[in-house]
Amino acid sequence: MSINELNLPDFNIPDDMEGKVTVTTLDRLYNFGRRSSLWPMMFGLACCAIEMIAAQAARYDMARFGMEVMRPSPRQCDVMIVAGTVTKKMVPSIVRLYNQMAEPKYVVAMGACASSGGPFKEGYNVVAGIDKYLPVDVYIPGCPPTPQALMAGMIKLQEKIDKQSISKVRWYQKGPDSVEIAVPFLGPDLIDPRRIPDIKAKSAELAVAAVAPAAESSTEG
Amino acid sequence: MDSTKNTDVLDLANLYKDSVKADDRPGFSGFIIAKEKLFDIAKDLRDKYGYDYLSCVSGVDYPETNSMEVVYHAYRSSGGSALVFKTQVERVDPMEVPSLISIWPGVDLQEREIWDLFGIKFAGHPDLRRILMWEGFEGHPMRKDWKEAFYEEEAKPLKSRWPDGNHKYAEAKAAYGDNINFEAGFDPEKWTPTDPEEALYSALKKYQTEDVDGIKTDHLLINMGPQHPSTHGVFRAVVILDGEEIVSLKPVMGYLHRNHEKIGERNTFLQNIPFTDRLDYFNSMYSAWGYSLAVERLLGLAVPERAEYIRVIFGEMSRIQNHLILFGMLWNDLGAYFTPALYAFEERELMLDIFEAVSGSRMMCNYHRFGGVVRDIDPASMQKIKELVYERLPRKIEEFDRLLSENEIFVSRMKGIGYLSPEDCLAYSVSGPTLRAAGIPYDIRRAEPYGVYDRFEFDIPLRYNSDLLDRYLVRIDEIKQSVRILQQALRDIPEGPVLTGKPSYQIKVPAGETYGRVEAPKGELGYYVVSNGKGNPYRYKIRTPSFVNVTSVEKMCVGTKIADFVTILGMVDIVLGEVDR
Ligand code: SF4
Repeated sequence: MSINELNLPDFNIPDDMEGKVTVTTLDRLYNFGRRSSLWPMMFGLACCAIEMIAAQAARYDMARFGMEVMRPSPRQCDVMIVAGTVTKKMVPSIVRLYNQMAEPKYVVAMGACASSGGPFKEGYNVVAGIDKYLPVDVYIPGCPPTPQALMAGMIKLQEKIDKQSISKVRWYQKGPDSVEIAVPFLGPDLIDPRRIPDIKAKSAELAVAAVAPAAESSTEG
Repeated sequence: MDSTKNTDVLDLANLYKDSVKADDRPGFSGFIIAKEKLFDIAKDLRDKYGYDYLSCVSGVDYPETNSMEVVYHAYRSSGGSALVFKTQVERVDPMEVPSLISIWPGVDLQEREIWDLFGIKFAGHPDLRRILMWEGFEGHPMRKDWKEAFYEEEAKPLKSRWPDGNHKYAEAKAAYGDNINFEAGFDPEKWTPTDPEEALYSALKKYQTEDVDGIKTDHLLINMGPQHPSTHGVFRAVVILDGEEIVSLKPVMGYLHRNHEKIGERNTFLQNIPFTDRLDYFNSMYSAWGYSLAVERLLGLAVPERAEYIRVIFGEMSRIQNHLILFGMLWNDLGAYFTPALYAFEERELMLDIFEAVSGSRMMCNYHRFGGVVRDIDPASMQKIKELVYERLPRKIEEFDRLLSENEIFVSRMKGIGYLSPEDCLAYSVSGPTLRAAGIPYDIRRAEPYGVYDRFEFDIPLRYNSDLLDRYLVRIDEIKQSVRILQQALRDIPEGPVLTGKPSYQIKVPAGETYGRVEAPKGELGYYVVSNGKGNPYRYKIRTPSFVNVTSVEKMCVGTKIADFVTILGMVDIVLGEVDR
């Protein structure tokens, strides 16, 4: 964002202050700072991560947008780029990493796998899209998305940030500043704690259905 | 199949008349050994007959004959084709075959994988835990009668999608509305959680120390990964440390287990090619080669000359690019954060441009077809390749070499670290540059040539110290040899078609089994394919170099410092898409 855009053009600045003073809103200033230093988490799951690295390298150079500082620690980053296939075995760790990130935090689902399961959707160990667990801000299509596509996605995220207002964002409201997401766990299959009643009801229903035909045939016989 | 033609294959059935019989199912080869005798005969194979390298162990499920089969592919490190032997068990739980881990320790992870996915127990395996799925997961998913939550039909193309295409979300059809499945009547509230990690940690319990002389000391248990910047993906290692020294190490994997094999057995033969791209996603140009080779053997399909050359050209470019990236990442791990990687990526981008021009995609090329490649190289790309190969690459490799290889810090971090004796290399089924850095001249391009590799003049780079530095230097040499091969291939490439026959998306492959292996940049990449004459593979097993090479990591690491683990793992050159598949 150039200094001109940052400035509110319809406010008259006296001639002698020209070039020394700029008038803007708090929101603009706040968002300008955040959108220009989006630090992604250094976190790659699969093939898409390689294109993420390529986007960081000299040719595409994401540093131009202030996105080059990859942090391995979730405490220090603003955006989690889920770059690759999310598996059942991995998803508890991903949710935990997300919970450890400080607000404001964003999630970008990079590639078909992170968005929906992609080519591996039917796999028994695959979670069909990270949005089953985390709130995703931007989805980037592709398998893998090219570095350009990744940048386009990140710019979309910047646009989203531009529209936020400091008086409304959830992390400045009363109450806990961050919402923890229940960490799924590994049982006979992946169990999402939020869905426990659901799973219980369904499996009971299936049990009845499995008994019913058997009972029927036994009464017949 | 090739190995039947070879005369150097041992006739086991004659040697052990009462316990071995030749596999005479049509299209199959090798020998079926009674499981009671398996261990003894395997020992003889190694000690008497020189089969010192056990490459691949696969499980196959045959519900129709009510049996499960374990298939072994053994080689001589002096070269030659495979000795295939199998053993069968009745398909009734619990199934058990003897573990060969004391003969070839390299089967360790492969046997664990078969236990995990097929439920065949290996008697005598000291640490038989699940490996790709977690402990406590229900069922053994590669069995033919095990159905995933999004299961629709045995084989693709699915009737719900093709040809009419009234597609519904898989979620709408699955019982639980998601990719999960539970036994009927399962109650998550009453279920007592078991810790999936418990077996792992109890396997490491023996390393706890006791109070010595009243001073309380203990070993430290550290988890590295699955989210760790230097594990090159979602790899995890649990290490036990004495101070900074590694006492024991257990690799933990499966965080990227994407079920290639299960999906592959539902796919048509052709549909698997794009999936092979996603195994070793640095080298999609090479990954598909092994698979096409295997299926071409079953089909008896010849590849046109020009296509063979094109395969070599892109294969070797891919090798160069793979090694360069490895160096970049290695320097990252050593602390020279990202600058060397930038140099590596510069060359890689140039090659990716060419890949994109010929195949349409930078990384996932989907370029091989059975009987050739999908598209010819256009003149403009040919020109670019020539410039790269004759002008730029030799110069850049020299630059890379001069800039980095003699750096003092680098050398002192690499020299003498991660030693693995040549005997151990073979025993642990190590393949690729790591094997050649131990002085064993084993390269499939020479040991069992495929494609047109026998026409080129090139050396197999060798080093003898078997430490990290040598593994690095071998790769530098390999890049130079690849350039040499490329120059010859570009000089000799003939004109002509690039694909045999008409392209068809639905082929039927004659019944039989085959094992196609290639020397991928990371080591031996093999595909064990069984066809039952239908349109999709009955068994599609991928033997990846990354997965098998990980077996030896513990051996290399014990006794070194924790900081060296990162470099050792880096030099094994794993890619998680291959490790976990
Ligand atoms: S979307 Fe494609 S490239 Fe990305 S992780 Fe999935 S399979 Fe790999």
